[in-house]
Amino acid sequence: MSKKKKESCGEDDFNPSIVGFLCRWCAYVGADLAGTSRIKYPPTIATIRVPCSGKVDPVYVLRALLDGADGVLIAGCHPGDCHYRRGNFFAYQRYRLLKAMLRALNLEEDRVKLEWISASEGGKYAEIVKKFSEEIKELGENPLKKLGTISEEDRNE
Amino acid sequence: MNRRIGVYICHCGNNIAATVDVEKVTETVSSIEGVVVAKHYLYMCSDPGQDLIREDIKRYGLNSVVVASCSPLLHEKTFKKVCESAGLSPFLYQHVNIREQCSWVHDNREKATEKAIKLVVAGINRVKQHVPLKTRKVPVTPAVLVVGGGIAGIEAALTVADAGRKVYLVEKEPSIGGHMAQLDKTFPTLDCSSCILTPKMSAVGQHENIELLTYSEVVDVSGFVGNYIVKIKKKARFVDVDKCTGCGTCQAKCPVKVPNEFDMKLGMRKAIYTPFPQAVPNVPVIDTEHCLFFTKGICKACEKLCPAKAINFEQKNEIVEVKVGAIIVATGYDVFDPSVMPQYGYGVLDNVITSLEFERLCSPSGPTVGKILLKNGKEPETVAIIHCVGSRDKNFHEYCSRVCCMYSMKIAHLIKEEIPDAKIYEFYIDIRAFGKGYEEFYRRVLSEGVTFIRGKVAEVTDVAEKPEEEGKLIVQFEDTLLGTVKRIPVDMVVLAVALEPRKDSKEVAKLFSLNLSNDGFFLEKHPKLAPVSTANDGIFIAGTCQGPKDIPDTVAQASAAAAQALSLIDRGEYEIEAFTAEVNEEICSGCKACISVCPFEAITFDEEKKTAVVQEELCKGCGACSAACRSGAIQHKGYTHKQVFLELEGLTSYP
Repeated sequence: MSKKKKESCGEDDFNPSIVGFLCRWCAYVGADLAGTSRIKYPPTIATIRVPCSGKVDPVYVLRALLDGADGVLIAGCHPGDCHYRRGNFFAYQRYRLLKAMLRALNLEEDRVKLEWISASEGGKYAEIVKKFSEEIKELGENPLKKLGTISEEDRNE
Repeated sequence: MNRRIGVYICHCGNNIAATVDVEKVTETVSSIEGVVVAKHYLYMCSDPGQDLIREDIKRYGLNSVVVASCSPLLHEKTFKKVCESAGLSPFLYQHVNIREQCSWVHDNREKATEKAIKLVVAGINRVKQHVPLKTRKVPVTPAVLVVGGGIAGIEAALTVADAGRKVYLVEKEPSIGGHMAQLDKTFPTLDCSSCILTPKMSAVGQHENIELLTYSEVVDVSGFVGNYIVKIKKKARFVDVDKCTGCGTCQAKCPVKVPNEFDMKLGMRKAIYTPFPQAVPNVPVIDTEHCLFFTKGICKACEKLCPAKAINFEQKNEIVEVKVGAIIVATGYDVFDPSVMPQYGYGVLDNVITSLEFERLCSPSGPTVGKILLKNGKEPETVAIIHCVGSRDKNFHEYCSRVCCMYSMKIAHLIKEEIPDAKIYEFYIDIRAFGKGYEEFYRRVLSEGVTFIRGKVAEVTDVAEKPEEEGKLIVQFEDTLLGTVKRIPVDMVVLAVALEPRKDSKEVAKLFSLNLSNDGFFLEKHPKLAPVSTANDGIFIAGTCQGPKDIPDTVAQASAAAAQALSLIDRGEYEIEAFTAEVNEEICSGCKACISVCPFEAITFDEEKKTAVVQEELCKGCGACSAACRSGAIQHKGYTHKQVFLELEGLTSYP
């Protein structure tokens, strides 16, 4: 791992690693549509399919950052379109809270992003990934990556 | 459980293998702890591919399977079934998407391969936490709700009802029939629209299995697939449906005249009215906005004169509740309002009309009794028909409305039939005569002497530049085949307006949890393979609410939706969400945070134990509670924190 880090010190070869939590009803289908439409975007993002953006516990985001992700994208249905009525509103509230918490801890809140992407917005998904990747590149590597904070014991909790 | 995992990487022909080095992925993941066998194969979803998994499950005693291929929306179920057929619980399967979200969107082979490895590692990590869950079966209510009484709704309702199942058909207007009832003749066969529609309408009215709810709207949908509870508002008609004989005395005696919406306001109706003579049910409604009794408290002529004593001014709106297993949404379309295109002068210049207004002019039951007349009561000598008004136009609708070319040619034919000497110009961008018998109809109209001009009309004006243009409408256009700008004076301009999503489509979408596509029509589950299904199991769409289409396609789609609904309700039982929430009573502190966030009121509080309790049949598995629970006592089966954390670890640990 340490060798890998040295190699990626230079700005140019820094390839951000982004985790995406995508709602299975909209954003995940939108991301699939980007695929079927062959809209290209950088291979920086790898996603986890969740039933609803309201399922994304802020702890998941913190864990992703502690695990070494350089950015976390949460994407849900547009306000009013939630399959479960109001899950995306919970997602929004939790997102605001999480941002406030990151600020208070003096961590980079811009590493976390919440977006509304519908099942028909493949192009929008690709654009968001492109833009977010650029933003994360600007921020550079996630400093938490070096801490390796989570012990094996903690993981098993 | 000692995990014995089988991992399968699909080439998908070249779809994956061209961008992802499947051999490298297979080799990398084969060394992961717990992985007993890792293979790659040309098409995992093919029969030999499926057999490969089945054989391995038996040969290696696998207790978990991971397949990395296309999107889970496509083949997750396929592989779950494969596991099941080999005696393995489908819950011990994990699907990894390396096509739609990897090979198809990236160019760099090295990076795409790295990403694929991450995704597969995450899948393997996750499957290690999978446990076999119990699936629950619930009985299905053998009834179907059809929303919308146009030709799509009528066809769907009849198909389901003929199969012996109960149908509730809800229509907003006082009568079923929809837009098709407004049309005169239908292309390309020139069947009279009401002649082919009216028998179907009365069949609906008389069918013992169809409960017809006209002048009604769905106001609430709750429950879940197989067991929906639907609340329907029956608006007060002020006429007793059981007593009314449909004699029409009330309509004849009512003193108030109002422009008839059914006739595109070209004709008049009364304040007590049926929209058109063949209405089903043939029971009038009172329009409270115009009725003298409701506006001024006088008159009551209808009540006094009704021989059946069917008028009841005391009637109130009523909410009825019905239980159904499946829902077919067939709410249809609106026509584009061309007054937003001032260059065509619609609403400003006389004798500039829309195609639907023309249909009413041409209809024998319309305001002119089938005579094609100008405002001054004369027959037009020259008519211009302008195609693609609102369609194929970036300013309005980018899509093609699919029916305008054909109905424009039909309009030309009908004018020729009525007024043989009329000169007719069709202004088109492209002629799209794609259906059965359509190209032949185009040839026929061409041979009848209709002039086709390729080019979009720039302006319709009444400002004459030459003596022969006086008192006429002048169409200014560019003939793109000749490359010249020209003016033609005409008597009548027919605008071939687009079909567009209904104005209330957003509210309807919300009511039934449907998605909208970019064009605003309802989104189907898959454009090719699931055209009438939606993301919501048990809710189907049919007809023009899904996108513009002609009558044959609408009828075909309605039959398809009916068949899908029948195949669901005839099962008797439906397997529902196994991924529900579960409370660990030992940890639950009884803070009730989960109760406040549950959108389905599926969590209650046990006062004795002081813990939360999940009512499984109400839980839809959204996970909001598990994200709100601070002690981790409420876990979301299939999406436990541990499963997510391990998946995360896979995504971030490599390389």
